[in-house]
Amino acid sequence: MGLTFSEKILARKAGRPVRAGDVITASPDFYLSHDNSSAIIGEFKKLGLAKVKAPEKIVIILDHIVPAADEKYAQNHKTIREFVWAQSIPNFFDIQHGVCHQVLSESGFALPGRLIMGSDSHTTTYGAYGVFAAGIGRTEMASIWATDEIWLRVPETLRIEFAGDFPHGVFAKDAILKIIGDQGADRANYEAVEFAGPAAASFSLASRMVLANMAAEMGAKNGYFEPDELTLAWARKHGRGDFEPVRSDPDAAYEAVLQYDLSVLEPQIACPHTVDNVKPVREVAGKPFHQALLGTCTNGRFEDLEVAARILRGRSVHPHIRLLVLPASRAVYLEAMKAGLLETLSEAGGVILNPGCGPCLGAHEGLLAPGEVVVGTSNRNFKGRMGGRGSEIYLASPATVAASALEGKIADPRKYL
Amino acid sequence: MSKGRVWKYGDDVNTDVIYAGKYTYQQLEPAEMAKKSLEDLDPSFAAAVKPGDVIVAGKNFGCGSSREQAAACLRYAGVQAVVAKSFSRIYFRNAINLGLAVLQALDAPDALRSGDEIEIDFEGGRILSAGREFKFPPLPESVLDIVRAGGLLEWTKKKLARP
Repeated sequence: MGLTFSEKILARKAGRPVRAGDVITASPDFYLSHDNSSAIIGEFKKLGLAKVKAPEKIVIILDHIVPAADEKYAQNHKTIREFVWAQSIPNFFDIQHGVCHQVLSESGFALPGRLIMGSDSHTTTYGAYGVFAAGIGRTEMASIWATDEIWLRVPETLRIEFAGDFPHGVFAKDAILKIIGDQGADRANYEAVEFAGPAAASFSLASRMVLANMAAEMGAKNGYFEPDELTLAWARKHGRGDFEPVRSDPDAAYEAVLQYDLSVLEPQIACPHTVDNVKPVREVAGKPFHQALLGTCTNGRFEDLEVAARILRGRSVHPHIRLLVLPASRAVYLEAMKAGLLETLSEAGGVILNPGCGPCLGAHEGLLAPGEVVVGTSNRNFKGRMGGRGSEIYLASPATVAASALEGKIADPRKYL
Repeated sequence: MSKGRVWKYGDDVNTDVIYAGKYTYQQLEPAEMAKKSLEDLDPSFAAAVKPGDVIVAGKNFGCGSSREQAAACLRYAGVQAVVAKSFSRIYFRNAINLGLAVLQALDAPDALRSGDEIEIDFEGGRILSAGREFKFPPLPESVLDIVRAGGLLEWTKKKLARP
């Protein structure tokens, strides 16, 4: 019986053959933290150590509440900067860079075959680049800083195979929402999810990041696309250091294999208050809302801004709607600015925010008043997540968000594309 | 044996309703964190929970964020254990690391109701309530090591002290 990508990467890290279910000790290639680094520093100090074990493996990217919204957050950032300087941590990205998962990826840390742990649940995003990447908590990250090691259980793998082409106006976000809606929010709990099949190669890297990002919303430990020529060409050009891709064997032991035909998909939307409460957009079309959010680590990349700009070009956001635009990183921001996308979105009435996470987790910039409704491209719609009690979050593709912002009601984007 | 009262909830109780995102980066003290527990799920909980009480829920408890305050706040509120049909992966790890007992029991969640008096026999893997008995499997040995050490930080200290 062959091996899965997880078994191969973790065997390399463990220095011995492993199978799903084994527990190993591994030294990750990199470990990410963000604004929660101040809390991690607090836990690390309890260990009584003067120095972290491997400062060159620590990646810290400030993104959750940037620039600082108040004095407390400013103190958090200050604590982190002083620690970074004292510990000589070379890979520090201050508030101007953007959302951690986007910045870590585009900075060339996420390369095929690597093991990356992050103290953020959407660390799964790097699976788009063939990385075994999983989220952990703060105390656990403090322990990694101290020891350069973590214990991991080798996960079973759920394989999801795609065939066919996306119909006009249907995107990667619609595919992952459909899967989560069909399979449930805990379908892949503790498991690896491998996105594969003949159509997987047709996904752009940005689209692969959407699926790997939201694998976390199925409970997955990681999400993964097999590295192909697209990945390798990107990695050779932008990667930091060596990498060794892995691919699951054709006869690998999967927990299950699911088939999805992209050609029969239509725009999807996750309704409050669970990510698996998914319906076709046409079933909720016409519902009024208050705020539209375009961006985040799920859908804040150039291709996302581009499709929204295509819909909003020469038009205006409905007067009852506030449209927030949150490019995922400074690199995305600059590229979108040079291409005129930010100009188009601003002219349509959008508020262009600095790259960051703020509104997505209800921490900063653009929170909802009690009872308000948001339609956004983020990855979670839990009750109260983006603000006041009784507020509601709908999740959809950038196209659906743009079309909805235009109409002032949830709208099917296909008529605008 | 440890006695407590049941607080019963459903499936997919997520980290945002256990500990809201707006508090995540506020560095609150334990007593304040306890007061925020389950704010968006059950506003009556934080004021009425008593030491030793037990949360009983359905599948996928703790889904969502990696924020470990969602485990810590319940421990600070005095909750001795969460009994659920299944736990989200990161929540499970966080709870173990912070010393909150997370017990996976398939039949207990459907049978128990809010307000039930229960006892938990951690060593024997048993939950007892009004003459009924429910089993839960012991934790894996490698995970038990962390629990026995008193959480991940203590476990790490011991590991670092080894030659």
